[in-house]
Amino acid sequence: MNYEVVVGLEVHVELATKTKIFCSCTTEFGGEPNTQVCEVCLGMPGTLPVLNRAVVDFAVRTGLALNCEVACCNKFDRKNYFYPDLPKAYQISQLYLPICHDGFIEIGKSETCKKIRIKEIHMEEDAGKLIHDADEINTLVDYNRCGVPLLEIVSQPDMRSAEEAVEYIEKLRVILQYIGVSDCKMQEGSLRADINLSVRPVGSFELGVRTEMKNMNSFKAIARAIKAESERQIALLEKGEKVIQETRRWDDSEGQSYAMRSKEEAQDYKYFPEPDIPPVVISQEQIDATRAAIPELPDKKIERYTQLGLTDHDAEIIAGSVYLAKLFECTYEVCGNAKEAANWILVDLLKLLHDSAKQPEDMDFNFDSLGKIILMVEKGKINRGTAKKVFEKVFEENINPAEYVEDNNLGLVTDTDTIYATVETVVKDNEKSVNEYKSGKTQALQYLIGQSMKALRGQAPAQTVTEILKDLLN
Amino acid sequence: MDILSLSAVETARKIKNRDLSVKEVLDAVFYAIDEKDKKYNCFITLCRDEAYARANIVQAQIDKGEELSALAGVPIAVKDNICTKGIKTTCASKMLKNFVPVYNAHIVDLIEKAGLIVVGKTNMDEFAMGSTTETSAFGVTLNPWDTTRVSGGSSGGAAAAVAARMVHLAIGSDTGGSVRQPSSLCSVTGLKPTYGRVSRRGLIAYASSLDQIGPIGRNAEDCAALMGIIGGYDSGDSTSVESTPLELEKIKRYSLQGKRIGIPKEFFGGGLQEDVKTAVLAAVNELKELGAEVEEFELPQVKYAVPTYYIIACAEASSNLSRYDGIRYGYRSDGAESLFETYVKSRSEAFGIETKRRIMLGNFVLSSGYYDEYYKKALQAKDIIQKAFSDAFKEYDFVFGPVYPTTAPKLNESLSDPLKMYMADIYTVTANIAGLPAVSVPCGFDSNGLPVGMQLVGRPFCESELLGVVYSFEQKNDAHEKTAGGGTV
Repeated sequence: MNYEVVVGLEVHVELATKTKIFCSCTTEFGGEPNTQVCEVCLGMPGTLPVLNRAVVDFAVRTGLALNCEVACCNKFDRKNYFYPDLPKAYQISQLYLPICHDGFIEIGKSETCKKIRIKEIHMEEDAGKLIHDADEINTLVDYNRCGVPLLEIVSQPDMRSAEEAVEYIEKLRVILQYIGVSDCKMQEGSLRADINLSVRPVGSFELGVRTEMKNMNSFKAIARAIKAESERQIALLEKGEKVIQETRRWDDSEGQSYAMRSKEEAQDYKYFPEPDIPPVVISQEQIDATRAAIPELPDKKIERYTQLGLTDHDAEIIAGSVYLAKLFECTYEVCGNAKEAANWILVDLLKLLHDSAKQPEDMDFNFDSLGKIILMVEKGKINRGTAKKVFEKVFEENINPAEYVEDNNLGLVTDTDTIYATVETVVKDNEKSVNEYKSGKTQALQYLIGQSMKALRGQAPAQTVTEILKDLLN
Repeated sequence: MDILSLSAVETARKIKNRDLSVKEVLDAVFYAIDEKDKKYNCFITLCRDEAYARANIVQAQIDKGEELSALAGVPIAVKDNICTKGIKTTCASKMLKNFVPVYNAHIVDLIEKAGLIVVGKTNMDEFAMGSTTETSAFGVTLNPWDTTRVSGGSSGGAAAAVAARMVHLAIGSDTGGSVRQPSSLCSVTGLKPTYGRVSRRGLIAYASSLDQIGPIGRNAEDCAALMGIIGGYDSGDSTSVESTPLELEKIKRYSLQGKRIGIPKEFFGGGLQEDVKTAVLAAVNELKELGAEVEEFELPQVKYAVPTYYIIACAEASSNLSRYDGIRYGYRSDGAESLFETYVKSRSEAFGIETKRRIMLGNFVLSSGYYDEYYKKALQAKDIIQKAFSDAFKEYDFVFGPVYPTTAPKLNESLSDPLKMYMADIYTVTANIAGLPAVSVPCGFDSNGLPVGMQLVGRPFCESELLGVVYSFEQKNDAHEKTAGGGTV
């Protein structure tokens, strides 16, 4: 029998607000354990949460970018469970009336594009982090992450393959980065995904029994987990066995998942309305203002880039990263040459990133530098070889291109008197070659050009050198 | 001069006029506490050093002519579920017996800014769950009117300390009657403000949607002065609301002439002790003599009040008290060998029986399969009760009733029948469910000479009017002036 895989994703995104969702502690990643905490995020007795309105703004922005309806009145609920990383023993989340619902993301190329529906988006607080490997007996708790704002973006079960799931989450990530709500760094845990997966015979409309898989830490892990889990479920069905509704933990290094708890053992979170936070009211004006402020999203950018003369392929790669897109637009603005800007980014920059094992988000230089370098080439101030070296320096040390060229004397010699004098000396010093040329051996000219360029340290326009040389010889 | 026979406002006036120093007043208060509290057990913690240090600061401010408030220099007792920085805040529980907050409750900041001086933390039912202070891990607070009886609860220590003339004023909290009921049983005046009028920040939560901090004093004026200080919006409590400050002069000028008071028939049915009924109805006549129009009306929705209250309160409590897991602060069992055991043993060993009962009740009503049947229905009933009161307030300015069906119960009498104890909350819980302000006022005594209180419930944010009524009533009825246990030191 042929089976169809049905996948839905629950994506948790840490928001890039400066402060936590219910107190004013910083959300910065990587601080010394338990230094970014206060009595509120530690859930000390008597403390009360006060909602950070920036989280609401970010959630609305996200909802609008994902084509959702925004609930003008939404509410927080408590999700109750005991765990040492959760100091109040409940997580403030949204169950009954989340902030956004019923949106979608389009994946695939324009002709074959597919809508993945988004069921809802809710705001919640993150928990702390358990550190198990401090020693053999103790587990340590770092509460810095407690109260960092999260959005949970829940899709409908609309994906039919690992590839679609990865495409969905990649697209989601790019959009979230574009609108500036999250840096979406999977390695730092600011983007986390749980996979809901079931299989069913092709043609069937009924959903099979699903499992939920947790602990995905990369796009590759998501793809592997979906493949492995669908194979596991299909094998069960083929053997005439049943899939059990359960939560499973994916072990990416082992390449397989392990059952964590079944439906019967599932936690009863005893959700109820959060009494400490009044309903969140969002005005239509606020929604309109947020909508107006949403920047151009990837699909629109691709369209615009192709109109600037980029190929579909190049436009997709550049628009597929907010950082590359930003660099491209900045470069284009400075030099006015879209194709040249794209070439530099897709050839030189990608190679530099690859060689230094860096991600586009790690780029740490002034984004107008590349445009300036391209201009210098176009204006004949430097040649392309020098330009590459200068860009490398920009990439590594964020140098100022013009100053660097000046300080290191890398500019092309444009003063014809200097060139004339240098070429004259070369002619004088190479009597043999001159005679050969005059006797009809044209390749001697190449030699003389080479010698002249060498004397000019390669920094003169070859055309000018050739013209002067021909003048002198004739 | 017997400093403790003065009202709080009078005491502050004498301090301001240099007839008394802040230290003299504080000396008198601590002397009274030292003399009497061995007997009544009103305080869990005294903060003598901190109080004298504050007294010096406040005296200096007064000497400089700073206008702090109408209560500057007056000592005050604070219920032990309200966080005080650097001072143990136990909630009368073994669980928090060594808990020292690193922050002040918002209202503690406010009263200190107003020049009041916190002298100690008062006894209460564990986590404010109970009506007798018998669930306290620090022993019961005895009623100053009869030491074989309870002082009521959960703010029993606060009410008894005021009644026994140990302090002029106290701060309590009221989730289902915890300010009003002990005030009634101890013959002091206690106000539960409108939900949101006083910031809950730093009040250790029992039931967050019902909890409200309120003043306990000897008369309307003292309560009004304190209410004026603790009320107001706090950006740190999202459920707090902006309100107009109380004006003492307006309260004193208040007239009951032409005001309409509604008495729910259901408040005078079975279960109400006969001489409580007599005293309360006598008070009704006095209100009439003051010009009020009094009318009986039906409020059948009251029958849902107690179950609604216990479902909502226990549900929220089960969640609010989950944080006490022995991991970060509070009691941790020695005998635990795993994380799960740490939770189970710490909580089993440190919570008292009533607290455990309410945690279990709350978990039950929230658990899947029962949520719709209990919790959701309770929320619906809450809406019905709120609506019934808002309808009643279209007809009446105040709703009148008893505070408690009986005068102070004997020790060990209540906890043996918790259901009966719960049912006795019938008159007070409605104000919490509807979020309305309500005041408990001494109005008479039963045949044993035990105090009886009456209750007035007002429209949202009508604390000023409520205290105006009480002030008028005090001009006619002197129950509030009678003192328990001999009164003077």
